Amino acid sequence: MQNLRSLGDRVQEAFPDAVLDTIAFRDELTLIIDPEKIIEVARFCRDTEGLEFNLLSDLSFVDYYPEEPRFAVCYHLYSIFFRHRLRLKVMLSGEEPQVATVTPIYPAANWQEREAYDMMGIEFIGHPFLKRILMPKDWEGYPLRKDYPLGYEQVQFTFNFDEVMRQKPQAKREKNT
Amino acid sequence: MIDMIAPQGSEPAVTPIGEGQNWQGSLDELKGMISPRALTGETMLLNMGPHHPSTHGVLRLLLELDGETIVSCVPDVGYLHTGIEKNMEAKTYTKALVMTDRMDYLNPLGNNLVYCLALEKLASLDVPERAMIGRVILAELTRINSHLVWLGTHCLDIGAMSMMLYCFREREEILDIFELVSGQRMMTSYFRPGGLWRDLPDEFIPTVQAFLDHFPKRVDDYETILNKNPLWIDRTQGIGVITPEDAIALGCTGPVLRASGIAHDVRKSQPYSCYESFDFSVITGDHGDVYDRFLVRVKEMRESIKIVQQGLKMLRKGPFISSNRKFVPPPRAELGQSMEAVIHHFKLWTEGFRIGKGEVYFPTESPRGELGCHLIADGSTNPYRVHFRTPSFVHISALPKLVEGEMLADVVAIIGSIDIVLGDCDR
Repeated sequence: MQNLRSLGDRVQEAFPDAVLDTIAFRDELTLIIDPEKIIEVARFCRDTEGLEFNLLSDLSFVDYYPEEPRFAVCYHLYSIFFRHRLRLKVMLSGEEPQVATVTPIYPAANWQEREAYDMMGIEFIGHPFLKRILMPKDWEGYPLRKDYPLGYEQVQFTFNFDEVMRQKPQAKREKNT
Repeated sequence: MIDMIAPQGSEPAVTPIGEGQNWQGSLDELKGMISPRALTGETMLLNMGPHHPSTHGVLRLLLELDGETIVSCVPDVGYLHTGIEKNMEAKTYTKALVMTDRMDYLNPLGNNLVYCLALEKLASLDVPERAMIGRVILAELTRINSHLVWLGTHCLDIGAMSMMLYCFREREEILDIFELVSGQRMMTSYFRPGGLWRDLPDEFIPTVQAFLDHFPKRVDDYETILNKNPLWIDRTQGIGVITPEDAIALGCTGPVLRASGIAHDVRKSQPYSCYESFDFSVITGDHGDVYDRFLVRVKEMRESIKIVQQGLKMLRKGPFISSNRKFVPPPRAELGQSMEAVIHHFKLWTEGFRIGKGEVYFPTESPRGELGCHLIADGSTNPYRVHFRTPSFVHISALPKLVEGEMLADVVAIIGSIDIVLGDCDR
């Protein structure tokens, strides 16, 4: 943990304005980064001797609705040589969630950012191919947002057969009758 | 997902099949992903999948071909998306566990494990030694199981039919072990927060031992059948090479990265669930081609056998699940004697347990690579957000780099060699 903290301090020294907060929890270090500076910080983490976070292990995204800033993008970095991990986190506004892409630095981010766009509607500026990846192309809304309903289909029994059938989409009704 | 693509323009290069079947899409959305030559019709666009048998599930590749050489490749996934992450947010921590089996259906116990470990780290929940060792044994058997299916189907893709039958014969025995401990062959949900669902039965050690007695010989057979076969060597050596630098940059982990010569294994670098007390080596390759990835996985099966063997020796009698009653329901026998036990039982099975605010990321080594779970709790009984970093998703994103410049027939060999499971990719 001591070791990890010194890594955080090095990033903080290099970017005193960009590191907004440092959280240590369960032997994991999280640096909250200014979204405008994420490119510089990510490049610093990858290229600086002693840090060398060369693997983007995971890119995940969170919706803290109804708080503001609402969205978070977490970059889980890992160094194969030094075997240490670091989480960078950027907080984005609910109105216009936008952050620069890290694909030029970590090519592994390409699809993971597309997933974040698809599921949460976060826009990655400069991404080479920002299209929906898991959901169909014409899907409306962003499924993993907290204000997006989970959806539920009522179970069809004999007593409510007709009622449930009326609520089904046209195609399904035709198939069943 | 991307629309079905066919070229557009005043004079289409490929005539649409059938009368009046004019397609509606456009190539504009693929700008930057395919070469400009595809627009003029100089190269050919070919859809492979989603129903192609060698795409291991429902993966669709849009291949741009110059003759038989691949110019570019655009993978298209999402056909198996089931919204597991969203569903888990609406369930209690215990109920959400059941969803994890369904992600990577060749590695169900590994998925249980990563979720349980993340949860235990978040809640500071202790796990007894018997449970930890039992988890390692079963996780390694799952790894062997997954590698067997991979070997069988990979060989089938390249044309070695009989391997499939041999591999599935051994896999049955492993599934029988899963059935013995959990009552289920694939969707086990056997690991629970704090330990195991039930104690390992008395027959567990003899059954696993019987499997281990004859299995190493079989692995030798598989290796001999294949690596002395000139056809197999021709089809795999020097195909789909990826350099260590590219593999790291593209996020490759597991056997794909190790075949390129980087000894990265989460079981060694950040041991979890008492992997640090086991003696095993990390297998690496030299060339990063299809053949090396095959060798790495076959040798990994031998390492897994070693781990299971040690685990059986280390297994002692004792509690199989934590006794922390705030997370683990009391055994049936306690309910008749203790009022507190009844309260705990009622609370845990109606409301579930709560975990205070916090977030953790827990990486584990699945048969395919790094399987991570980013778990966020907000103090309620449901996970606030669960995100799985699945190796198949990342590996498919690296596929264009692997197949570029290769022949069309080698694409199936390369897909097989990165060992993808589409359930793991789409979640």
